[in-house]
Amino acid sequence: MVTKKWNEEAIWALLEEVKDPEVPVLTVVDLGIVRSIEQVGDAWQITITPTYSGCPAMRTIETEIEAICLDNGIHLLPVKTVLSPAWTTDWISDKGRNNLREYGIAPPENEVDKSALFAEPVIIPCPKCGSRNTKMVSEFGSTACKAHYQCNACLEPFDYFKCLK
Amino acid sequence: MTKNEALFKYVTRIGDNSLILGQRLSEWCGHGPVLEEDIALTNTALDLIGQATSLLKYAGELEGKGRNEDQFAFLRYEHEYLNCLLVELPNTDYAYTLARQFLFDHFNYLMYQELLDTDDKQLAAIAEKSLKEVTYHRRRSSEWMIRLGDGTQESHERIQFALNDIWEYSGELFEADEVDQMMLDAGIGVNLAKIKTEWHKNVAEVLEAATMTKPQDDFMQLGGKNGIHTEYMGYILAEMQYMQRAYPNCEW
Repeated sequence: MVTKKWNEEAIWALLEEVKDPEVPVLTVVDLGIVRSIEQVGDAWQITITPTYSGCPAMRTIETEIEAICLDNGIHLLPVKTVLSPAWTTDWISDKGRNNLREYGIAPPENEVDKSALFAEPVIIPCPKCGSRNTKMVSEFGSTACKAHYQCNACLEPFDYFKCLK
Repeated sequence: MTKNEALFKYVTRIGDNSLILGQRLSEWCGHGPVLEEDIALTNTALDLIGQATSLLKYAGELEGKGRNEDQFAFLRYEHEYLNCLLVELPNTDYAYTLARQFLFDHFNYLMYQELLDTDDKQLAAIAEKSLKEVTYHRRRSSEWMIRLGDGTQESHERIQFALNDIWEYSGELFEADEVDQMMLDAGIGVNLAKIKTEWHKNVAEVLEAATMTKPQDDFMQLGGKNGIHTEYMGYILAEMQYMQRAYPNCEW
C-alpha cells in the first residue's frame, strides 16, 4: 500500500514525530542521533548513532522509527547503528535546546577545557529562574546524559544535559 | 596464533574488563551510601556494559561462530573470561570500590586514547565513543580520591588502606604477552609500556593532591588476561548467568 512517494526530505520531516522516550520534548532529529537517510533501491536505509554506549533508549527509538515508517508505507531496511563519528551535544539543534530549557532541563553549555583532568567549573544557568547562581549536586542525574544541579536563587533542583564533545 | 585469533582475544579482554567491572558496580544498585552515589555508580556501570556490548559483539564477529554479545556475556565458563583480576575484586566498601575504579579508569582512559589511532576501524570507532564516557569516569573517581584522601582522618586511612591492599592487582594492566605484542606489531594494539609510564605519572599526581602515599610496585598478581581468575570470579558469574543457565534462551 504505497500511497505517497517518499523522498529524503519528507522522511526527515516524518522523523520529527519520533521523540526521545526519556526526554519527550526532544525529537530524534533535534537530538542529532539520526545520521543519514538514504535510498537503497526501492527501500530506505536510516542510520542512527547512540548518545551513550549503554543508552537503554536506543532500542525503543529504533522500534519507533521502524513503526512510523511501516505506518506510512515506507519500505525500510533494518535501522543501522554506527559509533563513529561519536555523538556530541553539539549536534543538538537550537530548537532542541530551547525545548529542553522550557521543559526544565538546562541545555549543554560549552565546556572550557575538556582535556584537563579537572575541568574548570562551568556555570549552568537555572532553566526555571535564569539565575547563574547554581551548584552541581551530582555528576550523574536521572539518565546517563544528565547531571543533577540545584539553583541557589530559587532553590529548585534541576537536570542538566551534560556537554559531551 | 593467527592475527585474527590474536585480535579476537584482544577485543575479548577489553570487552570482559568492561563487562565484569560493570557487573561489579551494578551490585551497588540500591545500596549506595547516598542516593547521588548510587545513581552515579549505576550510570558508570551502564556505560561500561554498553561498551562491553559493542566490544563483545565485535568479538563474536571476529570469532565467526555466530555467537552474539549476550551469548558471550552469559554462556561462557570462567576460564573463557579474559578480564584482568583488578575488575573482579569485590566491592568490599566504598573505599575499595573507588580505589579500584580510580586505578582502572586511568588505565582505560589511556588505552582508549591510544586506540583512537588503531588500524582496526571497528576498534577505533568503539574507542572514539568510549573515550568520552571514560574521561568522565576518570575525572569523577579522581575527584573522589582527593575528597576521601584529603578528607577526615577516618576517610584518609580507609582509602589509603584500600589502595595499598589492591595495588598488587594494578601490574597486570600493563603486563604484555604474545597477544599484546602481535597486536602492537600489527598496528592495532596499544603500547602498554608507554601507557604504564603515563599511568604512574597521572596516578601519582592525583594521589599527591589527595595527600596519599603511592604504594611501591612489588609482587603483582597475574592470570586474568589468560583466564586464570581469583576465587571471586565464580560468584560473579553465578549471579550474572543465573537466568540464562536456569531458563536457557529466555528473553524479555
